Amino acid sequence: MAKAQPIVIHGGKVIDAATELDGEFDILIEDGRVAAIEKPGVLKGHSEAERIDAKGMWVMPGCVDLHVHLREPGEEWKETIQTGAEAAALGGYTSICCMPNTRPANDSPEVTRFILEKAKAAGASRVLPIGAISMERKGKQLAPYHELAKAGCVAFSDDGDPVADAGLMRKALEWCLMLGLPLSCHEEDRNLSCGGCMNESPLSLRLGLKGFPGVAEDVMIARDIELARFTKGKVHICHVSTARGIELIRRAKNDGINITCEVAPHHLLLNEQCVETYDTSFKMMPPLKGDEDIIGLIEGLKDGTVDAIASDHAPHHADSKLVEFSRATVGILGLQTSLPLLLEMSGQGVISRKRMVDLLCSGPSRSFGLDFGTLKVGRDADIVVVHPSRTWTLSTEGIRSKSKNSPFVGRTLTGQVVHTFVGGRHVVNEGCLTSEMSVKAAGNSK
Amino acid sequence: MVDHLLGIQGLSKSEIYRYLDTAHSFVEVSERDIKKVPTLRGKTIVNIFFEPSTRTLSSFDIAGKRLSADTINVSIGSSSVKKGETLLDTVRTIESMRPDVVVMRHSESGAPHFAARYLSNTSVVNAGDGQHEHPTQALLDLLTLKQHFKGRGIEGLKIGYVGDVRHSRVARSGAWAHLALGNEVRFIGPRTLVPPEIAQGTFGTPKVSVYDRLEEGLEGLDVVVSLRMQLERQEEHYVPNLDEYSREYCISERILSKVAPKSIVIHPGPMNRGTEITSEVADGPRSLIRQQVTNGVAVRMAVLYLLARSVQSLEEVAHG
Repeated sequence: MAKAQPIVIHGGKVIDAATELDGEFDILIEDGRVAAIEKPGVLKGHSEAERIDAKGMWVMPGCVDLHVHLREPGEEWKETIQTGAEAAALGGYTSICCMPNTRPANDSPEVTRFILEKAKAAGASRVLPIGAISMERKGKQLAPYHELAKAGCVAFSDDGDPVADAGLMRKALEWCLMLGLPLSCHEEDRNLSCGGCMNESPLSLRLGLKGFPGVAEDVMIARDIELARFTKGKVHICHVSTARGIELIRRAKNDGINITCEVAPHHLLLNEQCVETYDTSFKMMPPLKGDEDIIGLIEGLKDGTVDAIASDHAPHHADSKLVEFSRATVGILGLQTSLPLLLEMSGQGVISRKRMVDLLCSGPSRSFGLDFGTLKVGRDADIVVVHPSRTWTLSTEGIRSKSKNSPFVGRTLTGQVVHTFVGGRHVVNEGCLTSEMSVKAAGNSK
Repeated sequence: MVDHLLGIQGLSKSEIYRYLDTAHSFVEVSERDIKKVPTLRGKTIVNIFFEPSTRTLSSFDIAGKRLSADTINVSIGSSSVKKGETLLDTVRTIESMRPDVVVMRHSESGAPHFAARYLSNTSVVNAGDGQHEHPTQALLDLLTLKQHFKGRGIEGLKIGYVGDVRHSRVARSGAWAHLALGNEVRFIGPRTLVPPEIAQGTFGTPKVSVYDRLEEGLEGLDVVVSLRMQLERQEEHYVPNLDEYSREYCISERILSKVAPKSIVIHPGPMNRGTEITSEVADGPRSLIRQQVTNGVAVRMAVLYLLARSVQSLEEVAHG
């Protein structure tokens, strides 16, 4: 294979939380890796290198998403690994961890390898499969963790079907501790949530919609904190949506328990009032919350309790949302909106720039023990260049996912991804997929 | 734009009185030998019920027929939903036949609102959606009270809803109606069925309060609304069993004569005698339960008349 042309990203403001970089630097990419990070003017020679002008832009490590649903194998009409990985690249994510709720579930190395092969062929962002905790995600029999890990799984989760059996959960933690891999847990006691389709609150009582009480999440967080303490296994809590959940995790961390957590952007920026007109595009799990919970989540972002922002990217066909509220599917897209929404929050001063990069890059990597999310010489060149103040409006045409279920369609977003490099490959250039640009160029030359 | 009646929430006092006054003039039609007026001749009303109902469906059907409208009743059990047609397709199919009004009962809250969003030329009447609203029930309750409290009127009353408020669309619509009139509303029942948050937080006014002891809640009420207690609440652990429930919350003459001697009692039906209300009360002089059913027809005639007419008058404007 021919040696790839080196690339120099120059003139940009480099921000990296893990190495505490925040200033103007030039970055040299060689052989897919970060070869040098230097003050302007220091990098000399390299006349053969492609130069990327990043003046006025921010240069960050590529974002890492711990929680996405790619639907393949089994539900390719909603999303494919290709469309999902491309949406990720366009959204500034260079690595995405895909949940095992496919058909079949990712509970065998064959499925894991299938996902990785598809991802390689897609040639966009890196896809890191999450294996199932239990066979078919049914909570009855442990999945083959060593086999799955050897095939490439980076964590284990039963996704939206929480492990109800605490005994099974204990043993799963003990097995995964031997591998040093985390269990990623959707926390919900089904006997308490009991089919609730929105937050249990005065509003749910008014709308006559079955409420999902926050305590259904809290009791499971509490259980898994205690199991993590007892087994010394590694628990990662998915999409925390309650103030109490954050408080429990804060205390657990102070107790030295091996636990991390993620929050989804929609739980920070949308509230339960959004469902007042029975609009199913705002139906998600856990459901959108009231202001008290949102304040608690933001406190967690500020004080470091929250380790990661995860999109919980959940593509659904429009038909499944065009039904009665209680019967509609749950979830929204997130890969192309998370970074701009976080930029918006940092622009408003809710969190610092550095903290934003930590939540999107180094925090998620730390949570799953991944080697990504920071700009260090010698590491894979996973880099995103964003224009921090450019505004744009999300349209369904601009959504790369096969499904279009985003309540942010029509919203003006601040901050646009200009370039994405995955392992040194220039995947997104000027906000477009390079794979498409070459196809178009080839088409034009005919 | 066509008018809908999706709920009582958001209706003003004068809009409520407009329905009641119109209903009042239709009460007399049902007393005639020939119970029919030509008012809605040539109009088509589809009663589409996604949930079993005899009382409400027959009431709407009779109301439409007494106004000379052509009515058709479609009962779609939950089994048809499983057959695969979506609510949207069902509703669009019906609209293609050009009805003037669609009356919809559905087990899911918000279903008529969803339908109304996709219907451009048809009025939607909510005949009960899940645990959300049942506006014609609230109006017929008010009409019944209006007849009873002839002299003093229906403002400044104290109303208490007793029983399964959590799951009751009757209680929600009723509360909105009474709040629009400035009345005091109490919800009375065990905490599992009357959550404390269903007061000011839900309705946005301190005029709603919650009681978990029957006697305290009934004290000084003008109107007691007994709600239907369903056996499935026992299976869902909302109550230990129906006997335990009735020992604490059954409305009896003994307790009413003690704490609310002048109160009248209504019930949306169907009743579980001995569980939420004793026969002595249901059949006694305080009970206006039979009048409610009679008034149901007049109120539904008024609703159909006002909505179907508004379609016509808008058309007249367009063609004039």
